[in-house]
Amino acid sequence: MRSFSYERAASPGAAAAAAASTANAKFIAGGTNLLDLMKLEIETPAHLIDVNDLALDRIEETADGGLRIGALVRNTELAADARVRRDYGVLSRALLAGASGQLRNKATTAGNLLQRTRCPYFYDTNLPCNKRKPGSGCAAIGGFGRQHAVVGASEACIATHPSDMAVAMRVLDAVVETVRPDGTTRSIPIAELHRLPGDSPEIETVLQPGELITAVVLPRPVGGTQAYRKVRDRASYAFALVSVAAIVQPDGTGRVALGGVAHKPWRVEAADAELPRGAKAVTARLLGDAKPTKDNAYKLPLAERTLAAVLRDPRA
Amino acid sequence: MRFEHPATFNPIDQLKVIGHPTSRIEGPLKTTGTAPYAYERHDVVANQAYGCVVGSAIGKGRIAAIDLEAAKAAPGVLAIVTAENAGKLGKGERNAAPLLGGPEIAHYHQAVAIAVASTFEQARAAVQLIRIDYAKGDSKFDLAAVLDTAGTPNPSFGGPADTDIGDFATAFAVAPVQLDATYTTPDQGHAMMEPHASIAAWDGDKLTVWTSNQMIAWGVEDLAKTLGIPKENVRLISPYIGGGFGGKLFLRADVLLAALGARAAGRPVKVALQRPLMFNNTTHRPATIQRIRIGAERDGKITAIGHESWSGNVIGGEPEMAVSQTRLLYAGANRMTATRLAALDLPEGNAMRAPGEASGMMALEIAVDELADKLGIDPVALRITNDTQVDPEHPERHFSQRQLVQCLNEGAARFGWNKRNPKPGQVRDGRWLIGMGVAAAFRNNLVTKSAARVRLDQQGRVTVETDMTDIGTGSYTIIAQTAAEMMGVPLEKVVVRLGDSDFPVSCGSGGQWGGNNSTAGVYAACVKLREAIAQKLGINSEEAVFADGVVRTGNRNVPLAQAAGGGDLVAEDAIEYGDLAKTYQQSTFGAHFVEVGVDADTAEIRVRRMLAVCAAGRILNPKAARSQVIGAMTMGVGAALMEDLVVDKRHGLFITHDLAAYEVPVHADIPHQDMVFLDETDPMSSPMKAKGVAELGICGVAAAVANAVYNATGVRVREYPITLDKLLAQMPEPV
Repeated sequence: MRSFSYERAASPGAAAAAAASTANAKFIAGGTNLLDLMKLEIETPAHLIDVNDLALDRIEETADGGLRIGALVRNTELAADARVRRDYGVLSRALLAGASGQLRNKATTAGNLLQRTRCPYFYDTNLPCNKRKPGSGCAAIGGFGRQHAVVGASEACIATHPSDMAVAMRVLDAVVETVRPDGTTRSIPIAELHRLPGDSPEIETVLQPGELITAVVLPRPVGGTQAYRKVRDRASYAFALVSVAAIVQPDGTGRVALGGVAHKPWRVEAADAELPRGAKAVTARLLGDAKPTKDNAYKLPLAERTLAAVLRDPRA
Repeated sequence: MRFEHPATFNPIDQLKVIGHPTSRIEGPLKTTGTAPYAYERHDVVANQAYGCVVGSAIGKGRIAAIDLEAAKAAPGVLAIVTAENAGKLGKGERNAAPLLGGPEIAHYHQAVAIAVASTFEQARAAVQLIRIDYAKGDSKFDLAAVLDTAGTPNPSFGGPADTDIGDFATAFAVAPVQLDATYTTPDQGHAMMEPHASIAAWDGDKLTVWTSNQMIAWGVEDLAKTLGIPKENVRLISPYIGGGFGGKLFLRADVLLAALGARAAGRPVKVALQRPLMFNNTTHRPATIQRIRIGAERDGKITAIGHESWSGNVIGGEPEMAVSQTRLLYAGANRMTATRLAALDLPEGNAMRAPGEASGMMALEIAVDELADKLGIDPVALRITNDTQVDPEHPERHFSQRQLVQCLNEGAARFGWNKRNPKPGQVRDGRWLIGMGVAAAFRNNLVTKSAARVRLDQQGRVTVETDMTDIGTGSYTIIAQTAAEMMGVPLEKVVVRLGDSDFPVSCGSGGQWGGNNSTAGVYAACVKLREAIAQKLGINSEEAVFADGVVRTGNRNVPLAQAAGGGDLVAEDAIEYGDLAKTYQQSTFGAHFVEVGVDADTAEIRVRRMLAVCAAGRILNPKAARSQVIGAMTMGVGAALMEDLVVDKRHGLFITHDLAAYEVPVHADIPHQDMVFLDETDPMSSPMKAKGVAELGICGVAAAVANAVYNATGVRVREYPITLDKLLAQMPEPV
C-alpha cells in the first residue's frame, strides 16, 4: 500500500472540489473494495477523501412517489427498508444476494455501484490487464474465462461488473444524482452510468473527475411481481455466474436485466417487449450479440433457463 | 516401549476418561482469542520487525536483473534478502523446489525476496519497489499435454508405482460386464484459515522460530539443513495451529525467510504469507487423470480391476498415489495398478488431507457406481458382494479389522437408502431434482514412532510434554485423556504442553496418524511413570491400581502426589512398532451417503443431507472425532462441487489464488450432517487400540456427491469439480 493523505469532507460540494483539485484523489465510504485494492497496489490513490460524515445516509420519499436513497445508505439498511421491501422487492432481494452480512453492513449504495470487477487477472499485478494497467493487454482473453462477459465485451477487456444491486437498479430505471467539482449537480440514468469496456476499460463510468454520487433515485413504484435470481456455484458469498432481475406485470409485460454477463448490468429495452413471448424470445434479443468463449458459452442457456424459471415462478 | 504383540487388557480399557465425548481442554483459549498463534506472539521476544515476501512473477525461467535500490531507500526498511545475498543455502529433505528462488525460478510465486522493515506497512510498501526483470524459460504447465512424457516413479510413501496380480488384461477382456472410464481431479489448495506464519529470532548462532507447523522435528531438520547449521541450534515452537490439512507438514518459505530476514536485520522478524501468495507459493494437492477398468460377472462379482493414475510435479516431487486404495478395497483375482509421474513447472505438489486416497476414491467410487448401474445392481449391494477380509494382492494378510459391510448396511438403514429410486432423474421436490449417492470410505492406518515425557509433581498434577501438534484436531484433549486414564487422575489434573522441539519427538500431525500414535507414545511414558511411582512408594507396579488420585495395592491407598513428595518424578518413553502393521493390513473404513438437489432449471447443485458411518478402531474422544469427520465431509463437498486451482496454462500459475476465486463451502452449502462410529477396538494398531479417523472422513465423500448428482439428473460428470456448466447441456428441457 502506498502512503496517502486523508481528509474528511465537510459537504458534498467540498468533497467534489477537493477531489478535482488534488492529484490522484479518491473518495472512500465503506472501503470494502477500495482498501483491498490499495493493499495490493491495484489502486494507488495519493489522497483519500472520506465522505462518511456527509449527511447522505437517509432514504427519503420524493415528490412523485419514488425514493431518494442517500449515497451512504448501507446495503443492509437499504435491503431492510420497509418501503423498499414493499415497493421495490427486486432491489431488496438483489442486495441480500450479495456479499456477506458483515460486508453489507459497511458497503454503501454509491460504493456498490462503483465497485470494481472480480476478474482474477485484474487482481494479479504480475499479469497483463488493460483495466489495471492500460495498454498492457488482457490476460483473461484466452485464459480462465468461465466467469467472464459474454456480451458487450471488447478485445481489450472481458470483465464483468460484480454488483447484484446495480442489476436491480437497472431494471428499476434508477437515476444517479451527482455533484460536480464546480458545485453543479446532474442526474444520470443508471443505464448511462456504466460504460462498456471498448478500448478504454479502465474508464468504467461516465462520472467526471471529482464528480461525487450523492443519491440514487428510484422512480415511483411500478408494481408487478419482482424477482431477483442469482445463480452461483456455492449457496452464498459468491459472485453471480448469471443473475436475473425481473419485474413482471399481471398482463405478462415487464422488464428484465441480467447480471454476470457484461461489463455493466445488462438490459436491452427491446428485449423487454418480448416478455409476453417468453424467456427464449427475451434472451434471444438480450444476448443476440453475445460472443461467448468455450469457457463461458454456458451462460447463454443458463440465462435463458434462469429467466424461464423466474417467469414460471417468480417467488421461488 | 516396543509394540510387537496384539494389545491385551490395559489401563486404557477402563474407559473412565478415554472414549467419552470431551470438549477441548484448550477450547476456552480459542473461543476467547487468547490461544497464541504464531504471528501474534508479540510477547515472546522484543523488537520484532516485519517481513513481507515477494513471489516470482513468472512460472519458469530466471531472474535476469534485480534492482533493490528504491526498496532499500524506502521508509523503515532494515534489510532485503534475496538469493544473491542470502549466503549459501541447502535444501530440506522434504522440499523439492528451493524455498528461496533466484536466479533460477522453479514456479510461480516461488519466494524471491523478503523486505524487512520496522512496520508491516513499510515492509509491504517496500516489496512493491523491488524491480525484477525475468527471462521466461521453456515450460510445461499442462498435465494432459505431457502424459506421454510421464515416467514410472520410485516406490514412495504410498507403495510401489505398479502392481500386477493374476492376468488383468485377459480377465477384463472376457468379463461379461465392463467399465472403462477416465476421471480427472483438479489441483486443490489447503486453504486453511491461518496462513503460514513465523517469528524468527537469533541469539548468537542459535535460532528460535515461533511458527505454525504440523511436524516439528521435520521442520527443525530441514531448517537446519537449509541454513547449514547444526539442528541443535534450531528450536521450533508451534503450540497452536489454525489449520494445516497437510499444507504445514513441511518447512516453508515463511520460516526460512523470517530466519534470513532476522539475520540480515539483526532483529527478530515476523512473516505471514500473504493470502494471494499461498496457493502458488506453498504446496497443493496435485491434479490427477485416472483411468479405471473393472470387469465383473453378471452377479456383480469383480473379476478384474485396474486403476492407472497420472499426475505431475516439479522435479524431485512425488506423484499423487491415487491408486493405493484400489489395491485393498475390493476383491477380484486379476488386478493391476499403475502410477505415472510427469515433470511439470507448476508449484510443488504434496500432501493434502488423505493424500492418495482422497483423489483415488473420488474416481474409484464413481466407477463402482457406474458399474452398479451397468449391472442393474444396487451400489450398496455391489460393494458388499465384493468385500474382502484379506489384502487381495496378498491374501495371507488379513485386515486387522474391517467393517466396511457393517458401515454400508448401518448407513443404508439410517439414511433411508431403500427409498432411493435406482432410475435417475425420477424424483422431484418442486424445482429440485433429488438424488441419493453412496460411496465407501477407505484410508490406511499408519503407525510410526512417537515419544512423550510425563511429570508428576507434588500437587498430584501430571504434565505431558511432546512435540506433537494440535492443528485443530483435538490432540491436547486426547493426550490429556490418555494421561488421566493411565495415571488415575481427573482431566483437570493434567497439563499438556505441545509443539516445542525441546520436547520429545512425536509422530506429529499428518496422515491421520496423530491420534493413535501420539497417545500411544503418552501411554508408553505413563507406563514408565507408573513404574517410577511404584518404585518410589515401594510397591509392585504390576499390582498397583492408579485410580481416583491414589495408588492402591491391596488395602493400602497412597495419594499419588505423595510419590512426588521428594521432587517431581519424570518419565520419558516412545512407542515403537514391530511387524503387526506388516502382518496385518491396518485400514479404516466407512460409508458415505449423500442426498442432493439439483435445480431443474439452472443445474445448481445443493447438498441436502449427509451421513457417514465410520469404523476406525477405538474412538478416543467421540466429540473431537465427530468434529474431524464432519469437517472432512465438508471438505469433500468442496472437492465435489467447487474447489479448483485452475491452471493458467500460458502463464503457469493457479489463477484462482485467493479465497474469492478458490471457493470452499460456506455454511449455506452444508445443511445437515450426521455421522456414526461403529464400536470397534483394534488390538493390532497400538495399546490404545485406536486408528486414524480425520482423513477417513473425506475419502469417498466427493464420489457420493457425484453419484447423487447422477441419480438426481442422469448426467454423469467425470471431471471434478461438478459444476452446473458441466450438467446444463444434458439437463431436461425446462417445463
